[in-house]
Parts: sequence; C-alpha cells; structure tokens
Amino acid sequence: MSKMVTKCDDKVIKNPKTPCLNFVHYALGLKELQGKEKENADYLLEVYRKRPKEGCTLVYLCKGTSCLSSGEATLKDKFDEILEKENLTGKVQIMETGCRGFCEMGPLVEIFPAKIFYCQVKPEDVERIVKETILEGKIIDDLLFEGLADPDEIPFYKKQVRRVLENSGLIDAENINEAVANNAYKGLQKALELRPEDVINEVKKSGLRGRGGGGFPTGRKWEITRANKSDVKYLICNADEGDPGAFMDRSILESDPHKLIEGMIIAAYAIGANYGYVYVRAEYPLAVQRLTLAIQQAKQAGLLGKNILNSGFDFDLEIVQGAGAFVCGEETALIASIEGKRGMPSVKPPYPAQKGLFGKPTNVNNVETFANVPLILRNGADWFKEVGTENSTGTKIFALTGKVKHTGLVEVPMGITIREIVFDIGGGMPEGKEFKAVQTGGPSGGCIPAEYLDLPIDYESLKGIGAMMGSGGLVVLDNETCMVNFAKFFLTFTQEESCGKCIPCREGTKRMLEILERITKGQGELEDINRLETLATVIKSTSACGLGMSAPNPVLSTLKYFKEEYLAHIEDKKCPAGSCKYFISYHILPTCRGCTLCARVCPVNAISGERKQVHVIDQDKCIKCGQCYEKCPWNCIAKG
Amino acid sequence: MTTKRIDLTPIKNFFAEHPGLKRNNLIMILQKVQELYGYLPEEVIDFISEEIKVPKAKIYGVATFYSQFRLEPQGKYVINICNGTACHVKGAPSLVDEVEGILGIKSGQTTPDGLFTLETVNCIGACGLAPAVVINDKIYGKVTPEKIAELVNQLKAGEK
Amino acid sequence: MDYITINNKNVPITGEEKNLLEVIKKVGIEIPTFCYHSELSVYGACRMCLVEDDKGNLMTACSTKPRPGMKINTHSAKVIKIRKTIIELLLANYHQDCTTCGKSGHCKLQSLANSLGVDKIRFKPRKEYEELDRSSLAIVRNPNKCILCGDCVRMCSEVQGIGALGFVHRGPKVSVAPALEKNIADVECVNCGQCVAVCPTGAIIVNDNTQDVWEALNNPEKVVIAQIAPAVRVSIGEEFGVPEGENSLYKSVAALKLMGFDKVFDTAFTADLTVVEETYEFLERLEKGERLPQFTSCCPGWVTYAEKNCPDLLPNLSSCKSPQQMFGSLAKKYYAKELGITPDKLVVVSIMPCTAKKFEAKREEFKTNGEYDVDFVLTTVELARMIKEMGINFNELEPESLDMPFGFFTGAGVIFASSGGVAEAALRLAAEKITGTTFDAIDFYDVRGLKGIKEAAITIGETTVKVAVVSGLGNAQKIIEKVRKNEVQYDLIEVMACPGGCVGGGGQPVPNDMETRKKRAEAIYKIDATMPLKKSQDNPAIVEIYRKWLDQPNSEKAHHALHTNYIHRKRISGMEISDETTENIKKLEVSICVGTNCYLKGSYDLMQKLIALAEEKNMTELLEFKGTFCMENCAHGPSVKIGIDNHKYGVQKDEAEVFFNDVIIPKIKSLNKTTSV
Repeated sequence: MSKMVTKCDDKVIKNPKTPCLNFVHYALGLKELQGKEKENADYLLEVYRKRPKEGCTLVYLCKGTSCLSSGEATLKDKFDEILEKENLTGKVQIMETGCRGFCEMGPLVEIFPAKIFYCQVKPEDVERIVKETILEGKIIDDLLFEGLADPDEIPFYKKQVRRVLENSGLIDAENINEAVANNAYKGLQKALELRPEDVINEVKKSGLRGRGGGGFPTGRKWEITRANKSDVKYLICNADEGDPGAFMDRSILESDPHKLIEGMIIAAYAIGANYGYVYVRAEYPLAVQRLTLAIQQAKQAGLLGKNILNSGFDFDLEIVQGAGAFVCGEETALIASIEGKRGMPSVKPPYPAQKGLFGKPTNVNNVETFANVPLILRNGADWFKEVGTENSTGTKIFALTGKVKHTGLVEVPMGITIREIVFDIGGGMPEGKEFKAVQTGGPSGGCIPAEYLDLPIDYESLKGIGAMMGSGGLVVLDNETCMVNFAKFFLTFTQEESCGKCIPCREGTKRMLEILERITKGQGELEDINRLETLATVIKSTSACGLGMSAPNPVLSTLKYFKEEYLAHIEDKKCPAGSCKYFISYHILPTCRGCTLCARVCPVNAISGERKQVHVIDQDKCIKCGQCYEKCPWNCIAKG
Repeated sequence: MTTKRIDLTPIKNFFAEHPGLKRNNLIMILQKVQELYGYLPEEVIDFISEEIKVPKAKIYGVATFYSQFRLEPQGKYVINICNGTACHVKGAPSLVDEVEGILGIKSGQTTPDGLFTLETVNCIGACGLAPAVVINDKIYGKVTPEKIAELVNQLKAGEK
Repeated sequence: MDYITINNKNVPITGEEKNLLEVIKKVGIEIPTFCYHSELSVYGACRMCLVEDDKGNLMTACSTKPRPGMKINTHSAKVIKIRKTIIELLLANYHQDCTTCGKSGHCKLQSLANSLGVDKIRFKPRKEYEELDRSSLAIVRNPNKCILCGDCVRMCSEVQGIGALGFVHRGPKVSVAPALEKNIADVECVNCGQCVAVCPTGAIIVNDNTQDVWEALNNPEKVVIAQIAPAVRVSIGEEFGVPEGENSLYKSVAALKLMGFDKVFDTAFTADLTVVEETYEFLERLEKGERLPQFTSCCPGWVTYAEKNCPDLLPNLSSCKSPQQMFGSLAKKYYAKELGITPDKLVVVSIMPCTAKKFEAKREEFKTNGEYDVDFVLTTVELARMIKEMGINFNELEPESLDMPFGFFTGAGVIFASSGGVAEAALRLAAEKITGTTFDAIDFYDVRGLKGIKEAAITIGETTVKVAVVSGLGNAQKIIEKVRKNEVQYDLIEVMACPGGCVGGGGQPVPNDMETRKKRAEAIYKIDATMPLKKSQDNPAIVEIYRKWLDQPNSEKAHHALHTNYIHRKRISGMEISDETTENIKKLEVSICVGTNCYLKGSYDLMQKLIALAEEKNMTELLEFKGTFCMENCAHGPSVKIGIDNHKYGVQKDEAEVFFNDVIIPKIKSLNKTTSV
C-alpha cells in the first residue's frame, strides 16, 4: 500500500493535471469513489492542497463578491509574493474565505491565531503586515477600525448574534474539511437518529419562521408536505434572491454552503423527499461555483447520495440556474422555471405541498431558513429560542445598505430595534445627513419612518405598522431621498419584472406608474392620490401572485407616512427632498466670481456672462443636469 | 443581421454528451446555446425543438421571458450612443447618422460581418461629457462626428 | 348531504364538482370569465371570476373546489368593483371597433363591458397599433384585440398537440404569437381553426371571403353554384336563434337562392362518392395487405398535419380527394360542359363548417385548366353574415329543395359531419362488398360518440376489420406513435382534426363547445336515421355519375378527377426539404474524443479546425463530425476515430490540416470507391 502511495504521490506532484484518483481519495481519507468522477480529480487535488496545516499563522482574506471587486485578488498575489520573498511560505498560510459581512470596509484581512482585524487593506500595506504583524507581532494602528483590533469589539460586530453566519469569513468555503471541523453535519447526524416526525417537532418547537419574507412557520410547512402521500417528493431551495439591495443568500452560499446543504438534507429527511434542487439566480457566479464544489465534496464524503451516513436515507441535490426573472422568486413561478417553462405563477390551490414540481408534493424554503435548521438540530430548539421574541424566535440576517455609515451584512436577534441596527451597528448617518426612514422588503415592502426607530423588529410588529420583514434588505434613507421618487423606482422595477399573466398586475401597476411619473414631473393632480389608492386596493386584493399583491406596497406605505411629500409635489409643485429633477432649479448666487467654469461645462449653453461678471442661467434652456452645480469651485450655485 | 449559415455541430455534440435531455432541461439548454453561439439562432431553436419534442413557439416563449437570452447576435463592438437630453441637444443624432453611414446599418442592428452593433440609449448620466458614446464599456466624451468616424474606422482597421 | 351557501342560498354539493363555477351555475348565475374554458387547463389570469367569502377573502371560482360549509357571495360590492376595474383596464388597451368587427355580437368583452355597465375609461391606450396577421388563408390574427387569456395557446397545445401559438415576452410586453413572431402561415399551423372556436374576442377570427362571393354573385357573366356541407345544416340555425340541432338545410337553400346562387347542391352527395372511391381503395389494400392502416384524407387539417409532421405516413393516406374537392373537380371537368359553359365561367362556392377548407381549395394540385376547382369557401358564420347583410329573415323563409344531380344524398354521406361518420359510411359499403350480399344492420354504434379515440373490431363474414376513429390532433399523434411502434394493428383509421368531427369546425357558430357539438352530432344521426337511403352505393345519382362520366370506381377517369397525392412539408427554418436523398454519396464519420483529458488537450479546437477545413474544401456533404465520450486513449490524446475502424489516432490540434489531407481525404475516397472528390 505505501509503495503504491509513493508511486502515485510522485505522479501527482510531477503532473498535477492527471492525478490518479485513488491516491487523492486515500490522502483525504474519504469514502470509496464510484468511478466516474474523472472531472472531479482537479477539484479534489485543490482541496488536498488547501487544508489548514498545524502550527501555521493563518491569514484570512475575505473573498466575498464585494471584497473581490475591491481587489482581493491583487492582495492575494501580493501576499504570495512577499511571503515567498521572506521565506515564509510553509509557515504562513493564506486562506480565502467567504463573505465576512463588513462590506463597506473591505478588503478585509484577519490574522489568526492572534485575532487581529484589518480593514480597507491596500496592496502597499501587505509588506507592512507581513513584516510588522506576522513577523514581529505588532499591531498596525492605521489599518484598524477605529483603533479596535479584536473584531468582536467592533460595534459593527458587537451587537450582532452571528449564528447562521458563525463560520462566514472564518473558514475556507471551498474546503469541506474546514466546515466539518466547525461542526458541519453534526446536526444531520442528530437528525438521522430521530424519526422524521420528531425532527419536524423540534423545528416546530423552535418557532423558526420562513426567512424569505413570508414568515410562515417552517415546521408546520414541513408537516403539511409530509402529510401528503406520494412516491416521490421534492425539496427546493429558493436562492433566487431577486430583491435589489439584498445579498444575504449570496453571502451564505459564498461563505458557508455546507450549512445550506446540511439544512436541506435534514429537511428532505423530515418531509420524505429524495431529490432536491437549489435554484440560484444566474447573476451569482461565485455562489454557484462554491455551491457546486460543496455539493461535489459532500457527495464524495457520502453526505449526499445513497444511504447517507448509513441511515438508509437517500438524497441527491442539483443546482438549477435562473435566467434573469425576479418573478421566479415566487414559489410556483420557480417551480415552472425548473420545469423548463416561462416563470409564470400558477393557480393556488393546489399549493406546492400538494402538487408542486412535476405534479408531486414539494416544499420550498429560502436559503436562510434552511441554514438555520442545522443549528436547531445541533443545539436544540430551546437554545434557538433563547434569542428573539416570543413569536419571532432566532436571528435574522439583514443586508444593511443605503445612506448609512457602515453598510454590510449583519445578523441580529429578532426584537432588536431599528435604532440599534442603524445607529449602533451601522454607525449612524453620515456627516450632515438626517435619518428619514428605512425600507424593508424591497419592492414588496414598506418604509418605516423615524417615529418607529425604537420598534423591536419582528414579523408581527412590522406588519402592524404596514411594513414587512421581507427577505432582509434594509435600506436607510436620508432627508435627501424623495419618497415619491423612491416609490416610483420600486414600481418601475416591479412593472418590468411582472410576468404579465394577470390583468391587475400587468395593467394596474402600469397605470399606477403612469400616475407617479406625472407627479414627479409636476403634472400631478389632487385626484391622483385617490386614484393610486383605488388601483392599489384592487391590485393588492386580486393579483394572482405575491409579486402583484405586494407591488403597491411601497406606494401605499409612502402615502401613509409621507403624504405631505406627495402633496408638495402635486399642490406646491415642489420636491421637498430636492431630488426630483423636474422641480430642481439651479440659480447662480450674487457671490459668483465670473470664473466661467460653469458656462463651459453646460451642455446646452444655458449659462451666459462676461468674465469676472456674475453669470446667469437661462431657466428655459436649463435641462437640470447639475453639471454646473458640481463644477463650481466657489459654491456659488444654489440648488432648490 | 448575420446571414452566415449556422453550424449545428456544437449543439449536436452537447446533446450527444448529455443523452436523455428532456423538456425540463430547456432553460439549461438555452443557456448552453447562448454560451456556444453568443445568442439563440433560429436553426438551433429548430434543432432543439425536434430533440426534446417541444413546439418552437414554446421555446421562443421561454427565450423571450428571461432577461438573459438574446435572440439576435451582438457585434463584437457594441456602440451605444447616449440620447439623453443633454447629449441630444449637443448633437447625438448627427453621431448616429455618421455611424449609420459608415457601417451601413440602422440603429438597433448589427453589421453582417458581426463586428458592430449600433444602439441608442437613454441617459447614461455623463451629461458633462455630452455628447457621450460608450463602446464596449469604455466611455468617450465630447464626441464629434469626426471623432466617432475615427474611432469606428480604427476598430475596423484593427480587425483586418 | 353537504351544502355550500351561495348568496345566502343553500346549494347541495356532491363533491364531484370541478370548481365553484359549476356550483354557482346550479343557482342560475353565470360568473363572468375570460380565461376559463371547461375543456382546457385552468389558467387563473383574468381574475374576473373572483368571489368573496364571509371572511372577506377573495378566491377565483374557476380554480377553487367547493368545500362543505363555504359561504360565498358572487356579487358583493367589492367583487363588482373589481370586475369593473379589470374590464376598464382591459378596454384601456383594447382596439375598439365593435361596429365593424367581425366578432361583434359574439364577443365576450363586448357583452361583459355592456352588462357590467362600464361607461368610463380613465386611462389612455398604452400600446402601439400592431399590424394584423393576414398571412393565413384560414384565419386572421389581430393582436390589438387580444386580452391574453391564453385559450388559443392552450387549445392548440393541449388538445391539438401542435403548439403553434405561445406567449412571448414578459410583463407589459406580453403578447400571443407564433414562434419567433413569424406569420402564422409560416409555422406549424394546420388551419384547423380551433383557436377561433375558443377565442372570446375578435383577436382570432375566420378569414372573411364574403366580399369575393358577393362579387361573383353580382357578376352577370358567371354561373355561381353552391355546395353545402353536412355539418352546416345542423348549426347555421344557431345564428338565428333556432334551437341547437334543428335541420336548417332547406331554409339555407332558400336563402342561397335569394342571394343569387344559380344552383344549390349538397356536399353529402360527393361524400357518398368519396365513400365509394375510398372503400374500393381500402378493400384492395386489405386484400393485398399493403399500405395499411389506411388513413382517411377528407380532413384538410389532418392532411396538412400529416404533410408537416409525419411524411413517412403519407403513403398510407387514402389518395381520395375530400368531398369538397371531388365536387369542385366534377363541376369544372364535367358539369360546366353540361351547362354549356366553359369552366372559367363557373364559380364553385362551398359552405363549410371548416376553416382549413379555405387552404385546401387553394392547393395548386386542385385545378382544372388553370382554374381552381373550388373558387371560394364560406364558413357557416360567413354565410350567416351574408344572410343578415341581405336583410333576409331566415326564420320566415319557405324551405326549398336542392338542385339535381348533385343534390341527392344518402344517410352515409350526411354522417360525415360527425367523428366516426366516414368510418361508418365506409363500413356500410365494405360490409356488402365483403359478404357479397345486401346488408341491413348498418348502424355501427361503436364508432359513434364524442370520445377522442374510439376503436372497433367489426366482423363481417369471415373478415374482421379493425377500425380506429380519432378526433383532435393531439389524439391523432397518440395513435400515430402507437402505429409507428407497431403497438396496435388497425386496418382503417379515420382522423378528424377537430374534436368531435366537423360539427366542431373552426368556422362554426360560437359557442362551439363540446356540449354544442354533441347536440349537433345527435341531430346528424337523427337525419341519417330518417333517410330512406342509408348506403352510398344505393345512391342512384352516384350510379349515374359513374355511368355518365367515370366508368367505375377507381377507374382511370375516376383517378384523374377524384384522386390526388401529397407533399412533404416538413420545414426547417423556412426551407423545404427535398425528398431526393443523396444516397449515392456515403458520408465518412469522424469521431473526436471530448472527454476531459482530450478536451483539456484541445480536442474541441481540433474538431473546429477539421470542420473549418471541410468547409474550406467544400467537403461538408462528405463528412460527419461527432464528439464522443472518452475513448480511453488519454495519454495520446486528443483522440480521433474514423468510421467504424477501431484504430485511435492521436492528433494534436496544430496537426489538423496534415491529418485532414493525409488520413481523412484518402478514407473518403476509399469509402466512396472513387479517386476524386
């Protein structure tokens, strides 16, 4: 045996493109391969090479999409270069991880075991990090976040309760060994020792509710699907994540895909499904790549496929990519898409639990919902309930974006207030800006004004004020955001993404959009508010699916809390936030020095004046592009 | 509009390598076609229709439903001439005329050799640089008819 | 007994009801619907059928099954407001020209807007006017009147199994169109007109030829004769308030005469003729045991379907023309002379339940001396329109009799209108020919009825004739699959494109649902039952025709006038395949391994290069390139195999040209046993 290993070892090192499969699998200590995965050889070899080795200093580079686009690859190359120069290649290991969440401050570099957190790292900082921190153990102050080296002390992380995201940014998402070393699949082991009904009971007890926005009790949903007898059942994970500004699911897939896989296996076991699909949007190439890898590795390890962990339970998983349609986030549209059809929602009843994919009982859940499941099975329902409110247990991941100091991905206990999220975790409003509202639920949701800053977030409390939890998008708006324009933005989105099947959504939202466009262009009438409300009521109550039913929400919610803005547009012909182009006018103040810079940039030659004389903008010609306002170095142009 | 005959070999090979493709694999198949051909040619749609026994109208319906799919080939160089208000006032229409003249196609079309696609877009937000032209993600500002002729001819020469 | 409450009235339910709509109908209320059709899958798009329960929840009546204890209000204030708003939204986009629209009076949108009292439309039209699709001879598509209910899509796809129409685009740009938004005549459409039968508005209507016929009638130089199809007589009355199933043949004759037709004949006559010709043909095939099963050929929708989709079965189709075309052929070839005029002065107009007949009449092979045998085809609804145009009071007309010689028919000819009729009529003759004696038990009940697929094994003397009767093209495809796989043995197969047969043709009055078709079919069999002569061979006028013009069945003269052949119409991207096979040239198969190893070494590039070389040297007709699974020659890859030879060549991609010249070309030559290519 050892002679064979040596011979193979030689072959592998000399010619890594054609490794002998048997060697790789022995080296990894995995189950016997079934023979046809020739193409997996490359992957397995990479996995073998990347294991964290004992006694090394580990440098974690966040390789989430955000940090990747901020230059993570350059950092890695730089690290490789400097480490080789300093002869540290065997003693320091670079680990590329999934999303660490603090996107605003990326690229992020963390050093273990010292636990030092550096942010906004540039390639020129790498040499210092290697020489001072790694070799000499010194902390570089200007790379710290507000002087804090320990990430757990940083306000962004301090108030978070990272359960689902426990491994995110801290393990290599492309290596199953690291996930397993961090408790992956322990929940599955426990689940397989129970009867499926008991698994469902545990999930019911935990109070987990659908994290995709619906908030339906997950355990109950599984129970219903389980109760429908059929020879074949399907499990589907909705990873379409279409809300603009939401990236919770993407982060989970990029940083800890095994949480999802484990959750799905447990769910499939509970409902009696043997085949599952993960429907991922096409615009997430990195997520697809990491999930594909994770599934492959799980298969090799016998965690997917036949007789999982010797329990007699079979389950296989396939990734299906979306092709660019927001409506496919609706479960019946998603099912139609997997069936190769146009993504049009179908009539309910029958519900997917009765007749779903290919006519069989199907259970659809969101990524975050599934990702919570291993935690529940591993630590117990009581542990899960320790955090959260009575009716909304556990944590929720939010994508904090918009006009706030620190944007990123946060996981917080249910019941936390909006104030805590925006001001403590998010760092509050940037210099000179006032908080106006937060928008949750994306194009289906509503806005929450300042008066509810201290509202504890849970499903019921948000519904009570006319908003909704949504899938986790949380956009912060300031005093310069026009709420009318904002509603129009969402309605434009929904209109484009409507599947076009039912009349209320296809025609009704178009007409609502027409009204909003008129209002933002100064042609609004008082009657429009009534028209909007009437149309909204009809569309909400009669649309065939959730997209249509929730499309009017942004309009209704802004009408409820910011009616005065609508009236200002209609009656006063003014945009209080100063955002709607039509209402903006630019005036040159008497302090103008006549430098002529504005006149030169004006694309329509609307500005006239002699050198060193006060210039004037011809309001009839002005197209309000704002170039003069941007260009004036003396702040002599007023916007109003 | 390219008039080249479509070679079905790549898609035929794909079907040979994946026996048993069915109706529910349609979206995945179309994604592969777009990867292989850059768009969805009519002949390939016909071929797929025969293979998986799905009417062409249904395949077309799926192709037009999802944003990802293109039914027309795009040129190697996509010329987007901004026609927002500022650019329009500053002479965007004459730029369009100039390019239409050089390439012999109308806005919205692709040259027969598959090199250039001409489109007009609504405001790209670069009003200070009006008139603005974007060629394959590169923005050119303050473009004159002479300048755009030079750009296009340069690209053409580079392809010889 | 289980109950649900509808508008405070208790209604018992059996549990078998498909949906709330059916239960509500029992109370005497018809909930408005657009996209619901009882014979198609539930779509749930129009939202018109929403009803409210006692908790204020809304549900669509078309898709909700009744549950005991439900309390439903069908016309609450909320629901009425919703319906009005939906119609208003629809009308805002709709091209309204009700006064001149061919569907006026039969349009669901028109009648609902009226009955719901929608008098104000607060929105402006948002779509551009789209040109009409007039490419087809049979139907006209008007996208400006489409309300996107999807009935035509589902009918063409689910029932007819063709799917020529589909939804395209998304959101506000959604429309219904053929593949690639081409003209309907350029795609798989077979002209059956079932889409017309289900369209609730004027978005798809029958192509109107009434103006052509008016012109002919008003032309003093033309002799205009009409032939009325069997199905018309039991349906045209519906346009004039006559109860379904009454025989309006003789009133129709009177109307036609008033309109100016010189002679009015009956297609049932030539149906009898078809029976004779086709049964003789069938018996000959049965004896020889060749070209079986025989498919009937009188349905032009079926013939076009066969030409486009199963050209391999064309030899099995009967070579007989349809009754319509046999009539036209005899008229132009023989009858004109009897009238003392040249064929170009004779105008043949057929009145049909069928839209595909319009396509059939214009087939190039159906001409005599350059003139079409059948000049114009009017559907039942077009004739009704012409009668109304003339101001004729149909119900007050005195019945008139048909003209001779083509006005004499038997029951066998009349039953052509219903699915199973052709088969039964043929059997009535076959029975006599096989046994050699007259036969009186001539009612073959097994082939009657509206079921889509009917089978019967009829024993006549020592022979058993196995018959299948199919209506609806979806069903036809099922039978064809079985025949191809040899899973079934039939001798004779009757295929009608329209479910239920010609009584359900695309040109029939609406409503044209299965219930109505059933009543029309019942009326047809009633006529047959009361006719003095029920067998085609007994028709004295037919006997006379053979004596005068055609000698005997299947004679040379009969073949010239009454038989035809078919065209391969299988299209690939608008090009027609020639049926000349290039069998003289043998193609060399070149297999290139695209397994991972070879792929990584450039096998795909190699293949592309070889293909390019073949194109360059004009040898694409001689070669067939294939990518294959791993040839297990990884070390020497990329690997190539030629033909059936097992030898694996290792060819690097930059060796492509050398390999092509040194190996491939010689192999081509030896395969085709030639020294030149």
